[in-house]
Amino acid sequence: MRVALFATCFNDTMWPETPRAVVTILERLGCTVEFPLEQTCCGQMLTNTGYAREAVGLVERFADVFEPYDAVVAPSGSCVGSVRHQHAGVARDCGRPDLALRASAGAGKVHELSEFLVDVLGVTDVGAAFPHRVTYHPTCHSLRMLRVGDKPLQLLRAVRGIDLVELPGAEECCGFGGTFALKNADTSVAMGSDKAAHVRATGAEVLVAGDNSCLAHVGGLLDRQRAGVRVMHLAEVLASTEVDRAQSHEPGATGRGQR
Amino acid sequence: MSDATSGPTSAREAVLARVRAALAEATPADPPARAYGHGAAVADVPALFAERVADYRATVVRVAPSGVAVAVAEAIEGADSVVVPDGLPEEWLPAGLQVVHDESLDATALDRVAAVVTGSTVGIAVTGTIVLDHGPGQGRRALSLVPDLHVCVVREADLVADVPEAVSRLVGSVTAGRPLTWISGPSATSDIELERVEGVHGPRTLHVVLVGG
Amino acid sequence: MSATFVGMPAFPTAAREALGNAQQRRNLRHATHTIRDKRARVVAEVDDWEELRVAGAAIKDHVLTHLDTYLEQLEESLTRAGATVHWASDAAEANRIVVDLVRATGSQEVVKVKSMATQEIELNEALEAAGIDAWETDLAELIVQLGHDRPSHILVPAIHRNRAEIREIFLREMGAVGEPAPAGLTSEPRELAEAARTHLREKFLRAKVAISGANFAVAETGTLVVVESEGNGRMCLTLPETLISVVGIEKVLPTVADLEVMLQLLPRSSTGERMNPYTSMWTGVTPGDGPQDVHVVLLDNGRTSALADDLDRQALRCIRCSACLNVCPVYERVGGHAYGSVYPGPIGAVLNPLIRGTSSAVDKSLPYASSLCGACFDACPVRIQIPDLLVRLRTRVVDEKRGGLPSGEEIAMKGMAWVLGDADRLERAQKGSELGGRLLRRRTSLGRLPGPLSAWTDARDAPTPPEETFRTWWKRERG
Ligand code: SF4
Repeated sequence: MRVALFATCFNDTMWPETPRAVVTILERLGCTVEFPLEQTCCGQMLTNTGYAREAVGLVERFADVFEPYDAVVAPSGSCVGSVRHQHAGVARDCGRPDLALRASAGAGKVHELSEFLVDVLGVTDVGAAFPHRVTYHPTCHSLRMLRVGDKPLQLLRAVRGIDLVELPGAEECCGFGGTFALKNADTSVAMGSDKAAHVRATGAEVLVAGDNSCLAHVGGLLDRQRAGVRVMHLAEVLASTEVDRAQSHEPGATGRGQR
Repeated sequence: MSDATSGPTSAREAVLARVRAALAEATPADPPARAYGHGAAVADVPALFAERVADYRATVVRVAPSGVAVAVAEAIEGADSVVVPDGLPEEWLPAGLQVVHDESLDATALDRVAAVVTGSTVGIAVTGTIVLDHGPGQGRRALSLVPDLHVCVVREADLVADVPEAVSRLVGSVTAGRPLTWISGPSATSDIELERVEGVHGPRTLHVVLVGG
Repeated sequence: MSATFVGMPAFPTAAREALGNAQQRRNLRHATHTIRDKRARVVAEVDDWEELRVAGAAIKDHVLTHLDTYLEQLEESLTRAGATVHWASDAAEANRIVVDLVRATGSQEVVKVKSMATQEIELNEALEAAGIDAWETDLAELIVQLGHDRPSHILVPAIHRNRAEIREIFLREMGAVGEPAPAGLTSEPRELAEAARTHLREKFLRAKVAISGANFAVAETGTLVVVESEGNGRMCLTLPETLISVVGIEKVLPTVADLEVMLQLLPRSSTGERMNPYTSMWTGVTPGDGPQDVHVVLLDNGRTSALADDLDRQALRCIRCSACLNVCPVYERVGGHAYGSVYPGPIGAVLNPLIRGTSSAVDKSLPYASSLCGACFDACPVRIQIPDLLVRLRTRVVDEKRGGLPSGEEIAMKGMAWVLGDADRLERAQKGSELGGRLLRRRTSLGRLPGPLSAWTDARDAPTPPEETFRTWWKRERG
């Protein structure tokens, strides 16, 4: 199966280990992964800050770049949410009904990683091993925009050696919210601190989620607290195989995964 | 165009004109397709009704038609005065009971009455609700409001399973211009720390006599 | 604290102050979680909840897109039933109508049923200016009124107060305006409710005029509906001689049958009960029963400005259940006052800018007072897409600012759009981040940063960029 990887601009620039992990998983499952080099960004940050006029060019670019593919997979619930749920509306509001039609037509083939694995490939055991105590935060856009449900948990439960513990108040927002984290920094931090406290209460070594932006926010708080909890994208957990590699992710180290 | 500030008629025209202007380009939405339930499949409607009314911390007793007067007598025990509406079936009241009849009692006089006995129009099992349409035997609205104890007689024949069924039965009363009072338990508030407390301004005690057969 | 919301600062400023109030944060957390859990339990009981939500939304959409027809029908039905109908374009007009009606009765006081519409138009202040005492009779409204406070929740306006604070307010204030609180009053909710009962009873018994809102107004019959718990509503709707109801034009429903949907959705969403204790329905004047002088004031006050657009119009579906407030993570932490309106929380963040416009600092900031987590949509019984509306309103706020001197944000966003508008430009920008990554290679995260990024790093460490982007890696490995 030929699959286009939409890395997302944040992952491409800041967390390349995540799209690399997606490549690892998909190739392990027999897919041919392509990374169309013309891709940049879904425009979500612009759209959600009120800059639809600036975002519409990115909506068009996304359609241009990914239209030729049968399936697009991205390791970000919120970017996929933006493509599926916002692109057509941005185009319409900017007086581009033609583009809105293209965006609607293309939306169905864009998948968040866990959806692609479980729904499209029909796999829950991706052959991963990760012998650590892990808790999972279902990010809001995966949960309530994409309705991925327990697919990420199905995937995590099949990981060898994992000690998966439930996160109290899991469905509550972590407080990231894009530019909300800056525009309403006090409220964002208050929300994130509660999330961090819940994470610490689980005794997990690693906090896992499907969005690096939320992880940067909660992880940034945990680091500032010297909590000794690492954050990791779901893709990286699912890409881990040999027990020794997993162990080299020194549990308790601060900062985001290995570089 | 009329001046929006010059009087009631022009305010009316101004509001309606704004509504029409706003809707000029709008796509009219169809009336709802009613895919929700109407008449829930409830195995034992009277039992569920009794259970759900009791959930609100109301008292519920189930009696045969011949037992109403005794049940009412028990319910009003200790009340030094009882008011009843016109049209309340005589056989529901204990023999020899001294009652105040509702003729033009003003609010202050009514406030001195301890209890009221009324009938009802409909009972809803799923929600534990009693509806009064204030017809004969139910009295005007103040009657079942001001006294602190409300004894309400509900006939099993008047029970329905759910809210849509109840509304179907009540449409006639509303169309006839009757007021409706839906009662689900005694008066209550959750305004203090969201903790439910029974008994504020309405009757602090609701006593339901559910009549079988 | 002032009793009105005039001159409120932008949301983040007010939020910062609220976040610093530890007692209020504990009160809010306790209250919102309690009601959230109750709501979840009673909603889970209903098999056809989703069908009811869809029907609720459809009923409202139908009514709103035929609003002129249904308003005229409502007026006709009400008039036929003996009520007098008044129309008000805005708050000032509505207040003038009500003040004149009260004056005509010769009464110097009114009892009030909790009503969002009369709070919105600040009717109490207008009555006070006319020398008329307005007694709020809902327990939470009473707490707010006696405490010279502002409401902070749609359903439970005193949600920010705990029992000890309420006891203090009652002891201190009740005596000045009527029956004092008993000297030995404790902070038991039961005793506090009893004190309110005694305090208000004399007012109910002597009141000649009542003022209410309405949850619903049925066009085909002219029936008004008030949903309540305490019985204060029934007192006001039944005992006085004159009843004046101020009703927003979006409250109209076509038929009695529509109530079967709303009366399932509203109580479960709002108080988390299968049914609220009391629902009153009345149709104009009932001879021999209740007020014989009945008035209905139909209020626009900015609602029509949300009527034209399909998405904006969804905000007018709102049945004021407050479920969205109770599940909102921002509301839970900040409370209602920071929203600068009687409509706080997620619905307030969209409704206020829609009906008041976006000229004030607080109204401009409200669409941003959300992390867009979407919990409000899931809870909303009439399926209002609040997150989409928030984003739409952000666009409006930004577009209204365009054309002048660009703000730092606008420059940053435009720059970002330019960089991302082309893969080569993005790659050149990434070279800079890769260089940063090499310089910072020994560190896994960053502490405090200067400038606008300090908003991030005041409490959070920031990630360091990697030495190699994904794009570079791909080109090297697979290119
Ligand atoms: S927006 Fe929806 S959830 Fe919020 S108060 Fe209105 S009806 Fe209730």
